Amino acid sequence: MVDPRRTSSAQWADVWLGLDVGTDIALANAVAREIITQGLVHRDFIEHATTGFDKYRVAVEPYTLEHAEQITGVRGEMIRDLAHAYAGAKKAQLCWTLGITEHHNAVDNVLSLINLSLLTGHVGRSGSGLNPLRGQNNVQGGGDMGAIPNKLPGFQDVENNQLRQKFERAWNCTIPQKNGWHLSLMFEAMERGDLRGLYVIGENPAQSEANVEHAIHLMEGLDHLIVQDIFLTKTAELADVVLPAAAGWAEAEGTVTSSERRVQRVRKALDPPGEARDDVEILCELAKRFGHDWGHPTAEEIWDEVRSLSPMHAGMSYARLDALGGIQWPCPDEDSQGSSYLHGRLWKRPVEGRLAPFSVVDHLPPADELTDEYPIRLTTGRRLDSFNTGVQSGGFQSPLRRAETLDICESDGRRLGVADSERVRVRSRRGVIEMTVRYTDDLRPGLAFTTFHFPDEAETNQLTNPTWDKKSGTADFKATAICIEKIKLAVGTGG
Amino acid sequence: MDLKLLPVEASEVERAAVATIFDHPPDAPGTDRVTREGLQEVRARRHLLLPALHAVQKQVGWVSQGALNEICRRLLVPPAEAYGVATFYALLSTTMRPPRVAHVCDDIACKLQGADELCATLECRFGPPGTPSANGQATWHRSPCLGLCERGPAVLFQLAGDAMDGTVAPAEVADIENVLNGATVPMPPAISTPQTTGTRDPALCLLRRVEACDPASLVAYQAADGYSALRRALEIGPAEVIAEVSESKLQGRGGAAFPTGRKWDAVAKAPATPHYVVCNADESEPGTFKDRVLMEEDPFAIVESMTIAGFAVGAEQGYLYVRGEYPLATARLEHAIRECRSAGLLGPDVMDGGFCFDIDLRRGAGAYICGEETALFSSIEGFRGEPRNKPPFPVEVGLFGQPTVINNVETLANVLDILLEGGPAFAGVGTERSTGSKLLCVSGAVERPGLYEVPFGTTLRTLLDLAGGIRGGKRLKTVLLGGAAGSFVSPTHLDTPLTFEGTQAIGASLGSGVVMAFDEGTDMRGIVLRIAAFFRDESCGQCVPCRVGTVRQEELLQRLARDGARPSAEAQLLDELAQVMRDASICGLGHTAANAVQSAVALGLFEGPTDE
Amino acid sequence: MSDEAKGQTLPLVEVTVDGETVRAPEGATLLDACRAKGADTPTLCYLETLTPVNACRVCVVELEGSRTLVPSCSRAAHPGAVVHTDTPRVRHSRKLVLELLASSVDLSLANGDMKRWMDYYEVDAEKFGPSSASTAAGDRDGRRPGHHHAPDGKTAETVAQPVKIHDEMYIRDYSKCILCYKCVEACGEDAQNTFAIAVAGRGFDARISTEFDRRLDDSACVYCGNCIGVCPTGALMFKSEYDRRETGEWNELQQRVTRTVCPYCGVGCNLDLHVQDNEIVKVMSPIDHSVTHGHLCIKGRFGWQFVQNREET
Repeated sequence: MVDPRRTSSAQWADVWLGLDVGTDIALANAVAREIITQGLVHRDFIEHATTGFDKYRVAVEPYTLEHAEQITGVRGEMIRDLAHAYAGAKKAQLCWTLGITEHHNAVDNVLSLINLSLLTGHVGRSGSGLNPLRGQNNVQGGGDMGAIPNKLPGFQDVENNQLRQKFERAWNCTIPQKNGWHLSLMFEAMERGDLRGLYVIGENPAQSEANVEHAIHLMEGLDHLIVQDIFLTKTAELADVVLPAAAGWAEAEGTVTSSERRVQRVRKALDPPGEARDDVEILCELAKRFGHDWGHPTAEEIWDEVRSLSPMHAGMSYARLDALGGIQWPCPDEDSQGSSYLHGRLWKRPVEGRLAPFSVVDHLPPADELTDEYPIRLTTGRRLDSFNTGVQSGGFQSPLRRAETLDICESDGRRLGVADSERVRVRSRRGVIEMTVRYTDDLRPGLAFTTFHFPDEAETNQLTNPTWDKKSGTADFKATAICIEKIKLAVGTGG
Repeated sequence: MDLKLLPVEASEVERAAVATIFDHPPDAPGTDRVTREGLQEVRARRHLLLPALHAVQKQVGWVSQGALNEICRRLLVPPAEAYGVATFYALLSTTMRPPRVAHVCDDIACKLQGADELCATLECRFGPPGTPSANGQATWHRSPCLGLCERGPAVLFQLAGDAMDGTVAPAEVADIENVLNGATVPMPPAISTPQTTGTRDPALCLLRRVEACDPASLVAYQAADGYSALRRALEIGPAEVIAEVSESKLQGRGGAAFPTGRKWDAVAKAPATPHYVVCNADESEPGTFKDRVLMEEDPFAIVESMTIAGFAVGAEQGYLYVRGEYPLATARLEHAIRECRSAGLLGPDVMDGGFCFDIDLRRGAGAYICGEETALFSSIEGFRGEPRNKPPFPVEVGLFGQPTVINNVETLANVLDILLEGGPAFAGVGTERSTGSKLLCVSGAVERPGLYEVPFGTTLRTLLDLAGGIRGGKRLKTVLLGGAAGSFVSPTHLDTPLTFEGTQAIGASLGSGVVMAFDEGTDMRGIVLRIAAFFRDESCGQCVPCRVGTVRQEELLQRLARDGARPSAEAQLLDELAQVMRDASICGLGHTAANAVQSAVALGLFEGPTDE
Repeated sequence: MSDEAKGQTLPLVEVTVDGETVRAPEGATLLDACRAKGADTPTLCYLETLTPVNACRVCVVELEGSRTLVPSCSRAAHPGAVVHTDTPRVRHSRKLVLELLASSVDLSLANGDMKRWMDYYEVDAEKFGPSSASTAAGDRDGRRPGHHHAPDGKTAETVAQPVKIHDEMYIRDYSKCILCYKCVEACGEDAQNTFAIAVAGRGFDARISTEFDRRLDDSACVYCGNCIGVCPTGALMFKSEYDRRETGEWNELQQRVTRTVCPYCGVGCNLDLHVQDNEIVKVMSPIDHSVTHGHLCIKGRFGWQFVQNREET
């Protein structure tokens, strides 16, 4: 278990490596160096299935155990043990969540882990591999369906003429030939004035964006903002038009794709309230107003269209999704049971398709630097019974839930003269908010934790750093430099 | 999983008590990045849970929320599980309890010796069981059999703090009051083995050293043949040791009579390692006290025979699980283990013979069920003493899931003679199918109750004569053979040879060697009701037939005793209960919980006018 | 199933059940064999997704060569095993086990299987006499192992006690608890690894408990509801169901069950939404689904209210 915090999982792990926030690459590279210098690499796999090993070997050379210990704070011998355990395992997986990806160097973090799997051959086989654990029920499905700026449904490149034209023929329309903007680029475009209208479906950027104050300011400056959501969110409050929607998982038909690429059906159990309508109905209705009559397709008809255009989904009829309890893509035809793991091709000799490249990545400290003025590292995350900005999870009274707190360790509290349960002012380079301190054993000195579940209580994202990863567009939510100030009583001190 | 602890801190005394079971101080909370132990290490020390609970119970007199918290924090055991374990044992209290407690035996043997009258007096002076005394320093409870049946009524004192726990038997009201008021537990000399007084019977084997050899002296033990059996074992090697034991046809003396050689052979050959040796010294069958006498009077013999077992089956670690109610036996065994360690008879190189063996003594905490071998494993491992389904048997999957030899104290004690005389010679004593000699716990209405060693095949009549016959010249009404799990036999069976097969032939069993005599004047209903209550109290609660069956059995007997109504209907229901308990319970407790009751009803011992 | 395991067929063992030869895969239990043969073998503490505790003993069968009956749920089917499931001995034990439970526990909300078996074995819950009165709150939780007050024989002791209601999520009605250990297993190693509850006490006084009988919201409980998901007798129940039952508004005939996917994280847990009058009244998860085998977390189990609160906002 690698986590700056001693989480529940860390408590029950056989080994917990409590590294410093944002030092994952140093750790991974040191693990790699140890595996290489001790001759624990999977020679056959590297030779036949990968490229760029020699460059990589040289690049990780400086990451000695001692050097990594200095950067990560984790004892070198523990890193060594981890390297040996990982390399020596018959099967091994690397699983991660936002602790890897909500950084300014998110993609590099992921690449550093991919390198490890290539080094040891722990990829492309049942029980081994790389698993980003998704935080929402259909993050994967959004990508599957092309809700990313450079892909069409089925991860088919927008800028690939042949693939794009396939869609153009099917849809009888023209698709822009260039990749679009991702979220962070959109905000930059708003800043430049290049983006003047926004249609937001089921997202609450007015509370979830890093440096949220600024994000709201930009959205307020738009010519037109449409929000389609199941709630009147903070973002919807800014909108010119609000389209009330049905809840996708209980009031409408469709599919979602889970972390393990399993496509499963969601079904309508309830009638939506009031004037709320199914997303498909809203979109078709909108299209009609734009002069395109798409008719009233059922969810299954739309899905069958996806199957006709996306080869990885082709074998997934509704009937088969029902019968098999969901299917993991790729599922190219109706004889396929789906695929429980990917990249098996790397074990074919010769390898089918492209070889897997090692990537040279280097440690870069978090963008939001720790200084005497901002000496404490704040990392944000989630709590079990809550979800993102609380729009959904706020709907039930959880006995586990308590008021939002800024968690720190007792020794930091004592050093700062801040008691458990005391209200404090938390300041970052972007903003300042008031929060209540809670002492916890899960954190070490210099590390603070909170969530952004309760923006009405504590607007954590006023503090976070919007610096984003140029490769993925993800903001650096996990590594904010803060200081914690006592709220002084209004008494003249003569100073 | 979060280890969510209670918001209650332990006192200094509690913290110190828990610390005694660890050899290192607690980790500093919170700040460390890596050195916390992982799940595997945590699981591996779960077995310290019961010792930790004992340590707190002994020092403070009860296990408070704060103390349980401290234990859970140190062992990383979830509090709910630790509470489940603590509430399983009668000698542990999870509610505030005065520091001085008298556990007064009111079980069948003591009943025959005035326990009910003693309890009645205590109730007058102190109030009902569990009532704290005026100064809050003392209380009393009723207890199941304390294994002091030859001289009841018996009392066990549990004293918090530095005072030594102890037993008194026979106990007078004054003894109990004195100790509850602060006196130390008196330890008058008592002899449990009539055969060792006066002219000593030279044929005694198992009792050879009893009353003849200082139980605290290793030198004396060695001078009396001690450790010659282990020396011979080292000479002939493990395979030959097992061969001797097999040839001796030694069968287990705990009640199940399984051939010991077969157990040893199976464990020796089991491919999984490590192997363990466990000595079952959780003697709790009402009326049984043989193992207590051996442990108190000849403790080195237990250590030596366990060492031989370890050598034979390739085990490096032995566990000696002693009944919590046996403070003297525990003290003497702990002393013996220490002595043997210093003398190189336990440890990394036993007797310079190139093999490693050591013994950990574990104390039960008041649960009859833990005498069941798999329940005993659960108890050592730090779980509730619930039996496991068999198969798999302990020889394959035993303590900590490993191949395990588990033998009763008396069984192991026989091994010494087998090695010294040879298996065939041992098999020459007794009968064809029951070899060697047997310790029999004679109590009740006889002139000289006590522990007797006789060759297998001795008749019941001869044994009772040996014990001086029925007390006061009265007539024998019945004999309870084999303990509460055994059965009542009629005086017409006095010529039954006391062997496994002989008792089986009359539908009884030798069980743990209990021979309890009842004379004509005995209130047999009270005795049978006490047996039914015993099983209701001691059922672990895991399986339905036993958990509810033992309750219904007691209720039906009460109904029979009070109303005398519909006796045939009640008797039929009793038989139905007996059958489901025997057929469908998990373990021997349920299988035998109706034996004595059914035999009593069959012999008409439950009939006759009501007391009113 | 992993791709490696696919296509591999386990060797078969042959056993005889009620005179018929049954082939079961190696590692199968006698229960598997009995069910393969079509013998309606009752089980209470057994669940496919949990480690068998073989505590209820209602699944016992006669196995030739065994002195006692054996629990079919946990006994491996060894080659050549000869099993009888409907002998007088077997019927007697099953009937008695059910009668012992029926005489001591409130089985009014037991699942349909149990009711069928009670009928089949002609269970007479009254044969041990009239039931004892309910104990006071906390009485059973405070019982110590060891001596108990002798019964008077006039009534049959029961586990009747007041319902525990401490929060808006669960109720715990231990008058209905048959001590099948399923909730403990689901809370512990078999699913949730939270260990908020365990069996405490001993014998007939054994009960499911948190440490020192603390309220659930003071315990390690994470409100995943997996204990409720596996409870066969309604002892553990969602407050939403309990409240409707109390007011007479619980109507299973009017409920529709729709399977969908949890709206929260990316695991893909399947939800069975029980809907009555266009309102979700209970959320379960199918135990035969490979994603989580019937287990959920607090969000999946209780996080649905937001869809129903919308008209107010």
